[in-house]
Amino acid sequence: MAKGLSLVAGGAFSAGREHSRLPSGLGERWSTRAPSSPTLSELFAASPRDSGWAGFLLPQIDTSKPVLWVQDRMAILESGRIYPPGLGGIDLIHVEARDARAALWAMEEGVRCAALSAVIGEVYGDPAALDFTATRRLAVASERSNVPCWLVRLGGTANLSGARMRWRIGSAPSLPNRLDMRAPGLPALEAELFRARGHPPGRWTIAHEADRFHLVAGTGDRALGEEQRLSA
Amino acid sequence: MPALAIERWAKSSDSRPDGPVLLTVEGTHGPIIHAVTKTAAARGARVGARLTDARALDPSLIAIPADPEGDAALLKRLAKWAQRWSPLVEVDGEDALRLDVSGVAHLFGGEKALIQDVIARFAALGLTARTAIAPTAAAAWAFSRFAGDELSPLHVSALRLDPDTVRTLERLGLKTIGALAALPRLALARRFRGAEDVVDALDRALGRKPEPLTALMENPPPRANLRLGEPATHVEAAPQALDRLIPKLVAELEDRRLGARRLSLHGFRVDGSVAVASVSTTIPSREPKHLQRLLADKAVALDPGFGFDAFALVADWTEDLGAAQESLVEEPSGERDLARLIDWLTVKLGPRRVRRPHPFESHLPERASGWVTAVSSSLSRTAPTSNRPQRLLDRPEAINVIYATPEGMPRRFVWRRAVHDIARVEGPERIAPEWWRERSSARLRDYYRVEDEAGRRYWIYREGLFGDGRGGAPNWYLHGLFG
Repeated sequence: MAKGLSLVAGGAFSAGREHSRLPSGLGERWSTRAPSSPTLSELFAASPRDSGWAGFLLPQIDTSKPVLWVQDRMAILESGRIYPPGLGGIDLIHVEARDARAALWAMEEGVRCAALSAVIGEVYGDPAALDFTATRRLAVASERSNVPCWLVRLGGTANLSGARMRWRIGSAPSLPNRLDMRAPGLPALEAELFRARGHPPGRWTIAHEADRFHLVAGTGDRALGEEQRLSA
Repeated sequence: MPALAIERWAKSSDSRPDGPVLLTVEGTHGPIIHAVTKTAAARGARVGARLTDARALDPSLIAIPADPEGDAALLKRLAKWAQRWSPLVEVDGEDALRLDVSGVAHLFGGEKALIQDVIARFAALGLTARTAIAPTAAAAWAFSRFAGDELSPLHVSALRLDPDTVRTLERLGLKTIGALAALPRLALARRFRGAEDVVDALDRALGRKPEPLTALMENPPPRANLRLGEPATHVEAAPQALDRLIPKLVAELEDRRLGARRLSLHGFRVDGSVAVASVSTTIPSREPKHLQRLLADKAVALDPGFGFDAFALVADWTEDLGAAQESLVEEPSGERDLARLIDWLTVKLGPRRVRRPHPFESHLPERASGWVTAVSSSLSRTAPTSNRPQRLLDRPEAINVIYATPEGMPRRFVWRRAVHDIARVEGPERIAPEWWRERSSARLRDYYRVEDEAGRRYWIYREGLFGDGRGGAPNWYLHGLFG
């Protein structure tokens, strides 16, 4: 979240893109007052077998500096090891932690290192080591060293946490693919911000294209439906 | 090199090198002649004689103080240079080099050619070399100074005995080595004891006793030693020793402008065994705090056994590291911070758990992206490949797939006991097996990007085709997850 998260409904696309998949002039203009400084955010995957959250997280990472990506053993077993060719050219340091305690320790060490652009940690389930104190320590360390920290929870429940923003991210049916109607299109996400400091919670269906997130109109949205019919 | 000193002087002096010149060193009773030019030798000057005696014979002799340190330094440089012939070179005395040429001579076309080469190259430097190759070092010494190719007719002084012993032997009528060797060993050993061990010299010359060569060591690794008065059996001994060894080693590294890439702490136990703990660093470092932090935990884990009586800290692998200042303001550079983080994570979690991607040219997805330990590699960006998932299962998991036609698109699949209805599908992307490294029964893979009704996207593949002759019905696997 280098420039802060901005969600723009039907906003103008970056110049150079000729056709947009989202009709402009739809919906209301919307943006979060994203935290001005890097901090700890917690992402809950809707299910361990749903890795849609990566599409929410990756666009927000500054790729100029290396990223420390920590996975605990269960996360690797359950939802796979990260695959660098699919991550879009970021410098990676991958840590395979034995358990959640080791993962949290590695994250905390990483967050203190200002040479990193972000620390991402995946923890499976609800381990005892992951309590309020642990998340609070991460949040404080992250704010002190200005390194954003992302705690990804796979198959966990949202109990007490020191994270400043807590999201629940799941996949949504992708946008239509213009070239092949049967093929998956631009991935869409169901993002729910259920707790945030200084921001009202909310729920959005969003898609990332070019350099920003866009709100996706629901299937019942008549305006979008009309547009789609017209263009079809 | 019998005339090393005088030849060195001749090369460096600007006066005529064929003048009647003597090099002298200070003796107990005045200057003693150390080396002479040919002209001076013709006028009666002898090495070892007093300067006053020589001056009495010919007052026109020119005496110049010798420079033994300079000669020794030249000899050391020559020893390094002589490693062109053999890696094992030793400085022998004041004017000689010993080379171990076992298994080396054939590279120069035989022993004779090797000797010719040595003489020619020394001559090109302006130095006279007398050379000899012999099965033992002592024999080579003898042959290079006393012409011949057999030991027995040589004079006993060829055994490199001190002058008093030689005189005693001469008085006894034992003039040649052959005569000496013919005597019973017991009698010889009884007569000559201690420093003047004739039997020992004889054995070395005849190869009955080994005479190993101490090779010139090129840049021995920086090392700090600590000896304890009493064997220490407590666990804290090693960390305490580390506290004292680190500053010593760092000082040496600083002097030599080196940074350590790998450090080993050796604990020498009383019973003759050695315990070793080592750590590696990502970039060369000589920062005491950092190195200490890396080694501290490993030092505690060293088992003292019956007790340590000595410690050594060795930087086995070093790289050049100039005297550098990070920056004017107190803001450490990113590279160092990162290297420190990687070192620390590696020490705590183990090298195999902290890794970096290492791309490999292959179309097989699991082969295309390898991993290497972060300590040993530099950062490399993996070029993104289109249509690749963000996550890959370590081992593709078998799934049950329902499809419309055997070669067609999948409709529904069961993964980990949950049914996923496929809403959208794209593919196939066919990846053929690498026939040059796999068995002939390896089957091709048809990869599909599928999206289920909830929008979750997966990378699944069918291994093989119907009737490809490499097994029965093709199996389906789930390999990756898209984000």
